[in-house]
Amino acid sequence: MKKLSELKVGESGTIVKVNGDRILRGHLLDMGLTPNTCVKVSAMAPMGDPIELFLRGYRLTLRLEDASNIEVFDDEFKCTGNCRECGKRIKAQS
Amino acid sequence: MIIALAGNQNCGKTTLFNALTGSNQHVGNFPGVTVEQKVGTVKSSKKDNRDIKIVDLPGIYSLSPYTNEEIVSRDYILNQKPDGILNIIDATNIERNLYLSLQLAELGVPMVIALNMMDEVRDNGGNIDVEKISKLLGVPVVPISAAKEDGIEELKDVFIRTFENKIKPQVVDFCKGGDNGGVHRALHAIMHMIEDHAQAANISRRFAATKIAEGDESMLKLLKLTTNEVETIEHTLLQLDKEVGMDSQAAIADMRYQFIEDVVKETVVKQAESKQHKTSVAIDKVLTHKYFGIPLFFMIMGIVFYLSFDLIGGNLTSLFESVIDSAIDAIRTGLINYQMNPVVTNMICDGALSGIGSVLSFLPIIIVLFLFLSLMEDSGYMARVAYVMDKALRKIGLSGKSFVPLLIGFGCSVPAVMSTRTLSSERDRRMTIMLIPFMSCTAKLPIYGYISSIMFPGKAGLITLSLYILGMVLSVVMALFLKKFIFKGKSVPFVMELPNYRIPGFKTTIMLLYDKAKDFLVRAFTVIFSASVIIWFLQSFDFRFNVVADTELSILANVAKWISPVFIPLGFASWKTTTALISGFMAKEAVVSILDVLTAGTGINGLFTVASAYSFLVFTSLYTPCVAAFAAIKNEFGSKKLGMAVALLQSVYAWVVAFVLFRLVLLFV
Repeated sequence: MKKLSELKVGESGTIVKVNGDRILRGHLLDMGLTPNTCVKVSAMAPMGDPIELFLRGYRLTLRLEDASNIEVFDDEFKCTGNCRECGKRIKAQS
Repeated sequence: MIIALAGNQNCGKTTLFNALTGSNQHVGNFPGVTVEQKVGTVKSSKKDNRDIKIVDLPGIYSLSPYTNEEIVSRDYILNQKPDGILNIIDATNIERNLYLSLQLAELGVPMVIALNMMDEVRDNGGNIDVEKISKLLGVPVVPISAAKEDGIEELKDVFIRTFENKIKPQVVDFCKGGDNGGVHRALHAIMHMIEDHAQAANISRRFAATKIAEGDESMLKLLKLTTNEVETIEHTLLQLDKEVGMDSQAAIADMRYQFIEDVVKETVVKQAESKQHKTSVAIDKVLTHKYFGIPLFFMIMGIVFYLSFDLIGGNLTSLFESVIDSAIDAIRTGLINYQMNPVVTNMICDGALSGIGSVLSFLPIIIVLFLFLSLMEDSGYMARVAYVMDKALRKIGLSGKSFVPLLIGFGCSVPAVMSTRTLSSERDRRMTIMLIPFMSCTAKLPIYGYISSIMFPGKAGLITLSLYILGMVLSVVMALFLKKFIFKGKSVPFVMELPNYRIPGFKTTIMLLYDKAKDFLVRAFTVIFSASVIIWFLQSFDFRFNVVADTELSILANVAKWISPVFIPLGFASWKTTTALISGFMAKEAVVSILDVLTAGTGINGLFTVASAYSFLVFTSLYTPCVAAFAAIKNEFGSKKLGMAVALLQSVYAWVVAFVLFRLVLLFV
């Protein structure tokens, strides 16, 4: 499992869990960064932060600091089917 | 009939609002907050005389209580009880847009969805089964194109019919589908528990239950639940957490998105990657490029500045000024010929009319500048600027969205303050407004040039540059101070959508310019006008209300003499400099003209030493913003008291800095 902030530009992952305080989490969830969502890091601002994400058919920008609250499985991850956190739908996808 | 217009940012809400209401709009504030509220009357070609008002709610993504905009929208619907909700959604980005729709539908208020940008979806080979989606959501859905004004009449017919007959959304159990068994049970348990309270508070129980499950504490208070009940609910939610393996806040969001995914699967023929998206990504390859992105931004702003303050705005301003001057001259000649009392003539021409003139001369710059700003905003470029510049402003507690307003401050504080309207967080907005006066505006440049060329011959450029840098450094210090002591709360997280680039709508742009011009004239007029009459009066009369021949005898000069001792520690305590400073409140350029008049013959050499000249320059560059800027600040803060507090804080800060620098310079000179 990785943090979303650790993905490199061009990499994508599936969200497992969203941490952080209630307000931040509320914002992230509202914008569609919910568990089991596939998200791609599509670019990075010139100064290296924030990052640009592609999810649910639109583009979203997020600071690395905030992105580090999102845990993802990156593309390398292969589901074994017995991980409690990942839920049923990831299993179905993989 | 009152209708609330709700929708995400960048979904064409303003365009629809303008299409529905035309020019029948007026701007106010939502009760108790400084979030702008636009109300318009629906224009109708049919000859019914129904009075339909539309309230434009702020652009929001959810009805959570985390931002001012969300709270305002939600309070408006819950407390003001509009007759219906018109929810506009962007068909090209339907998943995320429907997230708000689901919450709105739960409110139990009659509702209609306007499915905007359907033309774009079809152009890209996609389609949406409108009838089916309407059935699945339990809400009438009307496809429209706000920009082309397609489908607006149909939309009107549908919402008038729906709202007049008070047809509420059909209750759809959003939590029923998918693998949401746990959420479903928990929500229904809570709904059951709070039913009586919800009814008493006149809030839909479904909406209340989902909000409680999301951990919304304001809802617990609103329903006046007992401790016992709260505990039971908490227990239910804990069980839910365990059952679904994520916390209830995430579980609810997940439930909504699952429902939406199912709806989308059944009704939307997904478009291939849209042209608009492809174009935007291509444009962004350049405009947010690692090396070219920032230089390009400064180049664009350079061009905007050149056009606004120089080529178009500047020249229009001079033209305007000469027209106003000759008009005043004509009126003066007329009054003299009429043998009007000379004092009255002076009051009209030098006091009132020149005050109006100074207001009007701002207007061309404001209009031209806002033309460019609105093009940047509506095209989607402003979001890129925020994205590119965010890191630079984060350390001082702001986000990239504040960059452009601060930059405009170097031109003129008035439009800079007005442009903070687009900042979504109130905290960021207030903080940005307080920092704008530190950006040395163009009106201060003549002061720097005039004094430094006389007092620091050969080094005028260097001195001027030092003042610009000093302002920026001090703004950082001020920002850190504000962050630490005044705006303590955490800033709203920077979670921002990058919308596709769009060609700005002509109508929307024109309406915005009209708004800004009106806003500026109506509100600034009163303040600036009365201030210029007062200053003129103080300049022209002595304490016995006789007209003075020599300025030194005027009330203004006497007031200046009382105030002057305050400036002794700064090294300049002549009544002449103080008079100039007081007049500078009217317009910063006045500092130069007044000093020039008062030192006629002797020159300003006699007033300053090298050290005190620098301290005077520092003080002038930092002290209270001019009256036009003050009026704008007061207006944006929504409070005269806060506006005055800012001006006072600014002046005290200026005094302290000037004092320190004066002493430092003395050590070396």
